[in-house]
Amino acid sequence: MLESKEMRKVYCETMMELAAKDPRIVELEADLSGAHGMKPFQQAFPDRTFNVGIAEANMVGVAAGLASCGKIPFVHSFGTFATRRCFDQITISVCYAGLNIKIVGSDPGVMAELNGGTHMPLEDAGIMRTLPGMTIFEPADSVQLRQALPAIVEHPGTVYLRMPRRCTQSVFDADSYTFHWGKADTLREGSDVTLIASGVCVANALEAAKLLAEKGVQARVLNMHTIKPLDEEAVVRAAKETGAIVTAENHNIIGALGSAVAEVLCEQCPTPLERVGIRDHFGQVGKAPYLMKVFGITAEDIAAAALKAVARKA
Amino acid sequence: MDAHKLQRLEGLSKEARRLLVQMLGTLGVGHVGGSLSIVDMLVYLYYEELRIRPEEPRWSDRDRFVLSKGHAGPALYTLLAMKGYFDKAELATLNQPGTHLPSHCDMKLTPGVDMTAGSLGQGISAAVGMALAGRLDRKDYRVFCLVGDGEMQEGQVWEAAMYAGNQHLDNFVLIVDDNGMQIDNYTDEINAVRPIDKRLEAFGFAPICINGHDFHEIEAAFQLMHTIKRRPAAIIMSTVKGKGCSFCEGKLSCHSMPVTAADVASAMSELQ
Repeated sequence: MLESKEMRKVYCETMMELAAKDPRIVELEADLSGAHGMKPFQQAFPDRTFNVGIAEANMVGVAAGLASCGKIPFVHSFGTFATRRCFDQITISVCYAGLNIKIVGSDPGVMAELNGGTHMPLEDAGIMRTLPGMTIFEPADSVQLRQALPAIVEHPGTVYLRMPRRCTQSVFDADSYTFHWGKADTLREGSDVTLIASGVCVANALEAAKLLAEKGVQARVLNMHTIKPLDEEAVVRAAKETGAIVTAENHNIIGALGSAVAEVLCEQCPTPLERVGIRDHFGQVGKAPYLMKVFGITAEDIAAAALKAVARKA
Repeated sequence: MDAHKLQRLEGLSKEARRLLVQMLGTLGVGHVGGSLSIVDMLVYLYYEELRIRPEEPRWSDRDRFVLSKGHAGPALYTLLAMKGYFDKAELATLNQPGTHLPSHCDMKLTPGVDMTAGSLGQGISAAVGMALAGRLDRKDYRVFCLVGDGEMQEGQVWEAAMYAGNQHLDNFVLIVDDNGMQIDNYTDEINAVRPIDKRLEAFGFAPICINGHDFHEIEAAFQLMHTIKRRPAAIIMSTVKGKGCSFCEGKLSCHSMPVTAADVASAMSELQ
């Protein structure tokens, strides 16, 4: 059945289960442990929690040092501060040094809601994507997050986890879903167009597919949970089989999912592509449903883009 | 320190400086000033202080040494070669295509390098992380981190120092190469970080001020360091950029400069 749970609650519960089994796991905070719901973890593993205060650069550097001694550090902050604020530390002390840490950036894009534009990560996945060896994972819901975390722990390289803190619309049935590392989930079959979505836009894409079906357009829906490395095979297959592609992301259209898909299509299978996302704007304050309308990433926007892409088919 | 030990250490310092200048001379250019200023400290660390196994560079119980001022990599490579981490002949490959010895320290390339550095201010955070890991694992290794005085203008140095002090990290030792110069001018003229001892003391460190070219004082600093509990130690060493070679010693221009055959020849005669 579909579950309605806060992402941060599922995150903390799962991390506690994993940490109980794996002594290498440690967690670092920059004064946002409460915001990330990590207080239970702290109480269970006080020696393995390091709250450095409001100092994200130091948090990442300390994590690099812990990683060099065999630990698997998970660092946490809002997505803006977990990436943009400490980009050079992630670049040099972590990626260039070949060290393995896990970066959890919370409240991607419009999910930053009332914290507003200063806290609204619309470029985080884009800048992380420029780093060699980086994996970028964005779960569609809490069911997928729970299943992906053990794989993130075991993955021998740095992972950026783009995670809303609160409830999101459920996509997967916990009883039947099985997560596959690096492979896009096909949520709906279709032959006219493929909607490739990530994060909170996955639910919007599923809704868009229903709207399109009412107009006689059958849309395939892919959940591209891993933005890097991209499941290129799924993208090319979708291009060949459906002939039109729409990407939908809660991120600037520059740099992340839309760019990654465009790069693959250009080089391997040129196909009409429409990118739905934040069209090179800064964020602003507001609740997520309002901001999705403002920035044009709703189900209706995705459906309209799909019709445009279908119309461009030769 | 008896006269015999002093003579031995001074001999090792001269050897290290000769190797260092020859290495940079082979290339014709390099970070000569800030490498020469830390040679005496590195000699003492690698020959008297660090618990290491050159034949097993990743030994998990080893003391860690993080050269946060990564541009002084050539000085570290010299000591690593002298200790047998790799052949001294490799020193001639500095910055050559495919080398294991890039100008800035790279833990993926060089045996014995514990942390990659080159973007200033970052090594100290990693060193603090290593010290925290040691405490968590109940291991008795120590972590030494060497920063430059100019490097201390980076805010991250103070983020890390604040955390080390508040964590009472007595397995962590910060060594400051206070040579008083940075690329553009004297550090005091650009943006002074002195008084380094008082500032670090306010951040929870036990400061120890020494002449970084005097082995008596270096040894006394480490003896004192071993008695400090529940506080990280900071050894602030007053040094001279380019120390030991008249072609560059004390010159503002010596941060990164050409090293000619004549410079190498004069240094070799001075370092006999």
